Amino acid sequence: MSIKYTNDHEWAKEDGGVYVIGISAHAAEQLGDVVFVELPEVGKTFAKGDDMAVVESVKAASDVYAPISGEVVEVNQSVVDEPAKVNEDAMGAAWFVKLKASNPGELDEMMDEAAYKEFAENS
Amino acid sequence: MSDTLLKTPLHALHQSLGAKMAPFAGYDMPVQYPLGVLKEHLHTREKAGLFDVSHMGQASLVGSDHETTASALETLVPGEIKKLGVGRQRLTVLLNDKGGILDDLMVSRTETDGRLNIVVNGACKENDFAYLNERLPADVKLERFDARGLLALQGPKAAEVLAKHAPDAADIKFMSFAEMMIGDIAAVVTRGGYTGEDGFEISIAGEDTEKLARLLLSDADVEPIGLGARDSLRLEAGMCLYGHDLNEETSPVEGNIAFTIGKRRRAEGGFPGADRIQKELADGPSRLRVGILPEGRAPAREGAEIQSADGEKIGVVTSGGFGPTVGGPVAMGYVDTAQAASGTNIQLIVRGKALAAKVADMPFAQHRYFRG
Repeated sequence: MSIKYTNDHEWAKEDGGVYVIGISAHAAEQLGDVVFVELPEVGKTFAKGDDMAVVESVKAASDVYAPISGEVVEVNQSVVDEPAKVNEDAMGAAWFVKLKASNPGELDEMMDEAAYKEFAENS
Repeated sequence: MSDTLLKTPLHALHQSLGAKMAPFAGYDMPVQYPLGVLKEHLHTREKAGLFDVSHMGQASLVGSDHETTASALETLVPGEIKKLGVGRQRLTVLLNDKGGILDDLMVSRTETDGRLNIVVNGACKENDFAYLNERLPADVKLERFDARGLLALQGPKAAEVLAKHAPDAADIKFMSFAEMMIGDIAAVVTRGGYTGEDGFEISIAGEDTEKLARLLLSDADVEPIGLGARDSLRLEAGMCLYGHDLNEETSPVEGNIAFTIGKRRRAEGGFPGADRIQKELADGPSRLRVGILPEGRAPAREGAEIQSADGEKIGVVTSGGFGPTVGGPVAMGYVDTAQAASGTNIQLIVRGKALAAKVADMPFAQHRYFRG
């Protein structure tokens, strides 16, 4: 399946039965240089919309919300170690967590690439 | 909303340089340029950065002679103004009757007998000027220079860059100033700034501001720097941001800027709130602004509660963030004086979690001033 986005600039993409979650390249650009990322522990469960992670630039801290409900099965320690990766490859290597979805139907409520592009341009 | 914001003489230039603009002190100001806060910060420490600080309040206090003007100002500030030398600048604070700080300001003594120049914070200037007009005696007048521009050129290359257009600038010592031509632009050039680096603050006519900015930006070593990096630079330099680290409740002793109180004035008093301030000088204040180094990587920002190692609330963070030169989080805040010694273990409450931190000496990034 294709990549999906939330109004809060998270993305989710299915990969081998779990969902990879990150923040959009647009969000990373708006934040500016990322200097700190805090990720949840493996095994933690979230409902859609819960505070799940934190990303901070020099100036400000932003919450990252769970785009779908589920359990954290893997976190990307490399973005914690090198937060600047978020600015370099937000949509790829700088993913945040992998979630086992408890309600995959929630993906249907998210925006597709074209809809998000339009949303980001107008927000 | 944006219709009501004021614009500095560089507004159009900021936009043409691709700045992200935001309201600050009633002005539409550049927060960052395409380079970004982190690189702007590092560039300033490595080479030179140009800051538009035209939102700040420039004015003169004018009396019949220096004694008259200095005496009048000394009734409102605790600084030694009478003995301020011609061509010298000093930081002091405007006090309310409770000894709280209404603003921090720079005071310079010009060659014209009886004329002191002042520079106050943009966000405070209307209140400051109203207070000065209300409190100054009739024989000392406030003259505002609302139309003038003010640029700061900061960084280890600042002197070399400015000297290409104004050779005499290189000889000015820290906290001194001189009038000179920069190319064909008449300027008042003061050595100092708000980054901890060597540098200058340059006052020019409003209509010359863009021309001077373009001249300085044409140098390969100079980048335009926004308010975002201005804040991280001054935080690493251990300097206060009024309205955050200082306010109408805090005294200069609590604010750990007792150097703004002159030696003679400590004994004589004669400034607003002198009773409180002299008592704090003698007995120590109950709280003190200190530097804070969080031990992990998570920044603690303004408003974060400070606890003792035992979990008791002892204060609050007033500025905090990531220090690009330090390469980690830095902060400052007020703590109970008993916990204010450098090296004291404390905790910062960030998103409900207690983070280990230590009280630390400031500045976090070494000052590099030119003292001649």
